[in-house]
Amino acid sequence: MSSDKFRICPESGLQFHKPSEWLMRSHAVFAVVILLFGGITALLVTLTRWPAVHYLPADRFYQMLTSHGVNMLIFWIITFEIAVLYFCSSTLLRCRLATPRIAWLGFALMLIGVIVNNLAVASGDASVMMTSYVPMPANPNFYLGLIIFAVGALLGCFVFLGTLVIAKEEKTYEGSIPLVTFGALTACIIAVFTIASGAIILIPTYLWSIGYIENIDAAMYRLVWWALGHASQQVNVAAHVAIWYAIAAIVFGARPLSEKVSRTAFFLYIAFLQLASAHHLLVDPGLSSEWKIFNTSYAMYLAVLASMVHGLTVPGSIEVAQRAKGYTKGLFEWLRKAPWGNPVFSGMFISLIGFGFIGGISGVVMGTEQINIIIHNTIYVPGHFHATVVIGTTLAFMAMTYFLIPVLFRRQLVMPWLAKWQPYLFGGGMAVFTLAMMGAGTLGVERRHWDMAFTNSALAFDYPASAFTMMGVVGIAGVAAILGGAIFILVTVLSVFFGKPVESTSAYGVAPTTLKRATPIVVPDGGHAATGKWGFAAPGTFLLAIFFLAIFVFYYAVNWKYLASVWPMS
Amino acid sequence: MSAIEPPSEIVWWKQPLDRVEGTWITMALVWSLFMFFMMPFWHVYGKQNLSNEAYRTTPQAFMAKTQAMVDEYTVRKDPSTQFPVVRPPPGSDVYLVGRLWQWWPLLEFEKGQTYRLHISSMDWQHGFSLQPVNINTQILPGYEMVLTVTPDTADEQTIICNEFCGLGHHAMLGKIFITEGGQ
Repeated sequence: MSSDKFRICPESGLQFHKPSEWLMRSHAVFAVVILLFGGITALLVTLTRWPAVHYLPADRFYQMLTSHGVNMLIFWIITFEIAVLYFCSSTLLRCRLATPRIAWLGFALMLIGVIVNNLAVASGDASVMMTSYVPMPANPNFYLGLIIFAVGALLGCFVFLGTLVIAKEEKTYEGSIPLVTFGALTACIIAVFTIASGAIILIPTYLWSIGYIENIDAAMYRLVWWALGHASQQVNVAAHVAIWYAIAAIVFGARPLSEKVSRTAFFLYIAFLQLASAHHLLVDPGLSSEWKIFNTSYAMYLAVLASMVHGLTVPGSIEVAQRAKGYTKGLFEWLRKAPWGNPVFSGMFISLIGFGFIGGISGVVMGTEQINIIIHNTIYVPGHFHATVVIGTTLAFMAMTYFLIPVLFRRQLVMPWLAKWQPYLFGGGMAVFTLAMMGAGTLGVERRHWDMAFTNSALAFDYPASAFTMMGVVGIAGVAAILGGAIFILVTVLSVFFGKPVESTSAYGVAPTTLKRATPIVVPDGGHAATGKWGFAAPGTFLLAIFFLAIFVFYYAVNWKYLASVWPMS
Repeated sequence: MSAIEPPSEIVWWKQPLDRVEGTWITMALVWSLFMFFMMPFWHVYGKQNLSNEAYRTTPQAFMAKTQAMVDEYTVRKDPSTQFPVVRPPPGSDVYLVGRLWQWWPLLEFEKGQTYRLHISSMDWQHGFSLQPVNINTQILPGYEMVLTVTPDTADEQTIICNEFCGLGHHAMLGKIFITEGGQ
């Protein structure tokens, strides 16, 4: 192996492989371009659903909403995730990337797929929403673009897996792969399942759209499509949880409380998350309650259990690391003295809180078979998934990007004072936005709907005034969050293309080194618990977890109570 | 930096659990199992469940049944749409068509009585969202869903389409009028 392709970043100690580095940069930059495009459509959609503004005409609104959904939920996130996969394999394992040429082919296919799909939506005859439910027809290029993109992403997954094989073969690391790489592997495995499901449904749908297949069954389409649509969100969960662990390690030197627990939790994702297709089918005809209950609960909520475990162990590991540094006063000194002005940390921590408290709780509640009757297809649903995918995944990716700008792009961050505030504006705006959407959804306001006043309808219906107020709050908070997103793009683009180079040098040509096992923990007298309280190593985190559970139980009970007030039905 | 380094122990799976983890996992598992068993429990003791009774059908067959019901039980025309308002007998099978972009016909139920409401789509996917009571189900072409409902409030209910179905989606409304019982 020639060594002229490796460099070591002096600040982080990470080792970069040149081809892998350029692939990561290209994927990250392309992802941010998609994010910019998705952000512009987000603004148009938000301004239309804000009743006092009601900006776009109906046809444009549905077109922009389709574009926003596909670009954000599929293209932005998956493109960034491929960069994360390369980082977690090649960089973390100090290994050369497998088959860079195939990786570039994958990148090219993803680029082409994004362009083909976006041109189809721009043509105006593919305003079918991200879900493109049959038998509503779309321009065939809509499906074709998705298929091409998926093939490219699949190549990226294989390059990641191939890199793991090479790392093992060439012994670039000792012992087992790091936890963060294990999390990325989880994401990759679910991604392969997701893309296979997508192929199974989108290829026949493409053939149907060009007239080769006569009929696609609507119920079957939903079942298989959601194995793509929901499982792809589980890829995001695995990826952003891996990033939480990575940032905890990078910022605090935190180590997992126990490898066993954190890895088992990731394994539960692989075992159960793909059952979640059922979340979208709870009020569909043709499926039994037994099927719905088993699948919607991920087989007794074992995947939810996994997220609750990560929700404890990530901040718990930070607490233990902080206590070891002497922040042992009371229950929360470790958290108060955390670097809240560093967007890498604040972005990650807001992502964790928002994902758990807003996205997690609402997801489980509305995924309860019967409670779904009062929530299905209301604007509560986008409220939920903006908390998981925007506050959870996107903000975690933003936090990671702030770390990568000096390390991967070798540039200093421009306007660091602005970057410091960005996670608060983005996360805070999004939190209000999602909570207001859930409030409006509870009042029955529909999702994917141009006019909640029904002015064009022969029949009339009036939502309560509070529903209009809530949607106004959605508009204001949404604009605030979009501003936060714009700041992110401004700061990162200026840094990457016009930023001052990092002062230290990091030249190619170093001999690759082996990734050593972590140094064994020096356990203080009386074990970790000695620096904590009540025999707990992380008592502050435990109290936060109890607080979380209390809100969860309360909100779950409130929704059953609300359901009980609805007409009896069987 | 341990989470981005290989575990320090070779046999990492034998590392003992911290007490905080063990306690939390137990609590979270108990809560998960509780939530799981809540769903079958509600099927037995709760009043709001979907029976999941459903049949395969075709737009033609479903329309024929709906038309027969409309012919037999129409009581008046709605002044604004000229749609028939159908008042089916309590306990009977009631048919509701979702199509671009209307719910047809309008229905009139009696409070406290039970109806077997059959719903299907003539074309694309639609969402049956009954407001303000807030009952939402998915309506698919080719499938006939049966919802056995007992209105227990007397206010007028509006059916809103909440699955995107094209340009007229946001104007797709229907009505279920509820009359006081005991007439």
